[in-house]
Amino acid sequence: MNKGIAITGMGIISAIGNNVAENHASLINGRKGISRISKIDTIHKDAIMVGEIDFTNQELEGHLGLSPENNYCRTAMLGAIAAKQAVAEANIHDINAHKTGLVSATSVGGMDMTEKYFYDYIEQDTHRKYIEAHHAGDSTQKIAEQLGIEQSLVTTISTACSSAANSIMLGARLIKSGKLDRVIVGGADCLSKFTINGFKTLMILSDTYNTPFDENRKGLNLGEAAAFLVLESETLVKAGNKKVLSYLKGYGNANDAYHQTASSENGDGATLAMEKALRIANINPREIDYINAHGTATANNDLSEGRAFIRVFGENNVPDFSSTKAYTGHTLAAAGSIEAVYSILALQNNTIYPNLNFKTQMKEFQLRPQTELKEKELNTVLSNSLGFGGNCSTLIFSKNA
Amino acid sequence: MKKVYINGVGSISTQRTFDNKAFLEEVIVYEDNVITVVDPNYKDYIPPAAARRMAKGIKMGMVASKIALADSGLENVDAVITGTGLGCTIDSEKFLGKLIDNKEEYLTPTSFIQSTHNTVAGQIALGLGCKGYNFTYVHASISFESALLDALSQLQNDEENNILIGGIDESGEQTIKIHKLIHHVKKEAVKSTELLNSGTEGAIFSEGANFFVLSNKKQQNSYAEIIATETFNTLSKENLPLAITSFLKENKMDIADIDTLILGNNGDISYDPYYHILSEGSFKNTQQLYYKHLCGEFFTATSFGFWLASKLLKTQTVPEVVKLNDLNNNGIGTVLLYNQYRGENHSFTLFQKC
Amino acid sequence: MGNIKLELKEKIIEQLNLEDMTVDEIADKDPLFGEGLGLDSIDALELIVMLDKDYGIKLADPKEGKKIFESIETMAAYITEHGKK
Repeated sequence: MNKGIAITGMGIISAIGNNVAENHASLINGRKGISRISKIDTIHKDAIMVGEIDFTNQELEGHLGLSPENNYCRTAMLGAIAAKQAVAEANIHDINAHKTGLVSATSVGGMDMTEKYFYDYIEQDTHRKYIEAHHAGDSTQKIAEQLGIEQSLVTTISTACSSAANSIMLGARLIKSGKLDRVIVGGADCLSKFTINGFKTLMILSDTYNTPFDENRKGLNLGEAAAFLVLESETLVKAGNKKVLSYLKGYGNANDAYHQTASSENGDGATLAMEKALRIANINPREIDYINAHGTATANNDLSEGRAFIRVFGENNVPDFSSTKAYTGHTLAAAGSIEAVYSILALQNNTIYPNLNFKTQMKEFQLRPQTELKEKELNTVLSNSLGFGGNCSTLIFSKNA
Repeated sequence: MKKVYINGVGSISTQRTFDNKAFLEEVIVYEDNVITVVDPNYKDYIPPAAARRMAKGIKMGMVASKIALADSGLENVDAVITGTGLGCTIDSEKFLGKLIDNKEEYLTPTSFIQSTHNTVAGQIALGLGCKGYNFTYVHASISFESALLDALSQLQNDEENNILIGGIDESGEQTIKIHKLIHHVKKEAVKSTELLNSGTEGAIFSEGANFFVLSNKKQQNSYAEIIATETFNTLSKENLPLAITSFLKENKMDIADIDTLILGNNGDISYDPYYHILSEGSFKNTQQLYYKHLCGEFFTATSFGFWLASKLLKTQTVPEVVKLNDLNNNGIGTVLLYNQYRGENHSFTLFQKC
Repeated sequence: MGNIKLELKEKIIEQLNLEDMTVDEIADKDPLFGEGLGLDSIDALELIVMLDKDYGIKLADPKEGKKIFESIETMAAYITEHGKK
C-alpha cells in the first residue's frame, strides 16, 4: 500500500475569501465571488465577469509590510499571503531548520506590471524596477524571500491551467525521494489584461456567471487567486507530533497530445491522469467519494472531462462531483492548489460543495453534478486540473495515510 | 537507484552546434552585445503546416528535440520536461504590443496560444504523440536544472526509462530593449574572445535550445553518466565553497575527484566574482573551462554547458577555445558544472565518464 | 464577388501564414478545413476576427463560422450579403 504524503498546513486567498475560514464559509453558503471587473480598465468590462480579489495592490503591500521601493507584482503578493498562512498553520517557526523547499506555479507572473509599463519603460525610468519582476520565477523568489527560505530548492512550474496541481505533485515526489523534508507547494495568478484578452480571442469567456457541466454553458469566468499547502515527511510529522490535515495519496500527469488548446473529445489525457493517480494511490475507482472537477464551463472542457469520468468510473458509477469554478472563476495556474484546499476542506468537514448555476443536464451523457451542499462521510477525494498544451493532472487526497 | 545516462544531444546555439558530428572545430567570434543562434534549416525538420504558427523559440525547441531524439536512436520517449526562463517571449510581446496598440480590439488568438510557457513541451508531445508526463519549469537560471532534477529522480527510481529534457529561451525585441535600459545587457559591443576582460556590468544577451535524451539504460553511444544536480535560490559568496563540498560529499566525492570544472562566467564585473571564488580558491588546481563567450547569456544557457560537458566526456577532447586556465588532464573523468545569474539561482551539476 | 474571392485568398494566406501557398492553389470550392486546406479551430478564430475587422461582421458564437468558412465561395457569399465595410 502506498503511503500518502502528509499535508500539515494550507493557505488561500481568492475571490471568495482572504483565508481558509472565509473560503470555507463562502463554499457552504453558496456565495460566489464573481462580479464585473473593477481593478483593471478593459474595454471588455461589460462583456465579461471575473473572480476578483478585493484588495488593491497598495493594500496587499500594506499586509506584507513591503517598502515603497519594492517591485512585487500582484501574483507575488497574493502568493506570499497564501504561503505565509500555510506555513503558520503548519506551525513552522524556523523555516530553515529542515530541508525546506518551495515549488510555486504561475502563468501570468509579472505580466500585470509589464502590460502597464510596456512603453512607459522606454520613455521614463520611474517603473523600471518592475522589468526584473516580469519572468515567472521572480514571483516565486519573492515568495521564498517572504517565507525566509534560503539556500534551498525553489522552483516554478508553468503548464497552463494544471500548473499548481503539478507543483503539488512535484513536492510530493521531492519528499518521497528524500530530497526535501518539507516543501511548500501551490500556485498564484493575478488577473491581467493579457489573459483577459487572450481568453477573449479564444471566444471562451462567458458574459455571465459560469455554469459548469450545464448544457447551455457559455464559457468561463477568469479569476485570480493563490493557494499553498505544506507537505512534510513522515519523520518530521512524527518528530513534531504534528496535526495532519489530510494526505496526498495519488497524483498523475499525462498529455492529451491532441491539440494545442482543446482537449480531445474523448478525454484521453484526463483519463490517463486519473488512472495514473489511482495507480499511485493504489486504490480502486470505487473508493473515490467525491470529485472536485476541473469543470471550467467551456463547451470543450466539460464534455471531455465528463467523458473521461465515464471511462474511468463507468457511466453509472461516477462519484458525486462538482466544479467550484462557479465560485472563484478559473484561476488558471493557481486552480490546482485552490481546488486542493477545497478538496481538503471537503474531507475535513465531510461536505461536498455544490456546483452552482447548474440547470440543464448535458445531452451527451447522463452526468449531473452535485448541485446542493451535501454532507456525507468522505474518505477520498479526487481533483482534476486540465490545461493548454494537453496538460492533464489529477491529485487524490485522503483522510488516511 | 539506477544510473542515468545522456543518450542523445541536440543543440541550437550561436555556434554551429546543430550538426552532432562537429564539436567546436570552427568557432564563430562575435563582437556585439546581443547575439542570435545559427539557424538550421527548420523546414527540413518541421512540416510547413505545423511550422506556420511557430515563433523562433518554438522552432528551435522542436528541432533541437528532434536532433536529440534521433541521436539517441529512439522513436519516442516516456516523458518530456522542459525549462525556459522567459517562455515564448516573441509571442508574448506580439500579443501584448497589439493589445496596447489596438486598444484591445481585433486581437487574434494565435500569439496568445503560443505565448504559454509550456508551448514547446506541448508541441513536442503533440508531434511525437507522447501522452506521458509533460512538465515545464520556468525558474530563471535554474529552469533547465529543475527539468533535469525532475527527470533524474524519475529515472533513478525507475519510474520512467527515457525522458527528453531541454532548455529553451528566445530573444524578444522588447525584452532586449528594456534589459538594456537596466544594464543587464552590456552597453557596449564586446568581442567574444575578450568577454571575461570587458570590465563592465551586464552580459551579452542571447538565445538557444539544447535538448537531451536521458535514460536509465546505457547504450553504446552514451555520452556520459549524470550523477546529480542541485539548485539554490540564494547563496552567498562566503557560503559557496561549503555548499559545493556538501554537494560533493552527498555524492561521495570531494574536490580532488573533480578533474574538470565548467564555470558560467559571463563577463559581468558585478557577478563574475562568484566564479573567481572557485577558480582562484578550492579549484585552482583543477582544469577550468567556460562557455558563455560561445553561447551568450540566457536563462537556460546552462543547457549549453550541459551539452559541452556531454561532448567533452564522450569525445575526451577539450577544445582550446573553452579553456579558462592552462591545466590539462590525462582524460576527463568527472565534471562539475556551476552557474548562477546575477547572484541568484545557483546550480551544481555533476557528470562522469561512462 | 470575383474580387472578394481573390482578396480573401490573399488574406487567408497572409493572416494564417500559409507561406508556401499561392492564390492559384486555392480553388473557390475547396474545403478550407479538414481535408482541403487543413485549417483548424484556431484558424477559424482568426477568420472570425478578419470578418469583424475587415468587413464589419460580428459573430458571437464560433459555431456560426462553420458554415460560413466552408470554402472561399461560401465566405464570399456571406460577406457580400452581410458585409458593412
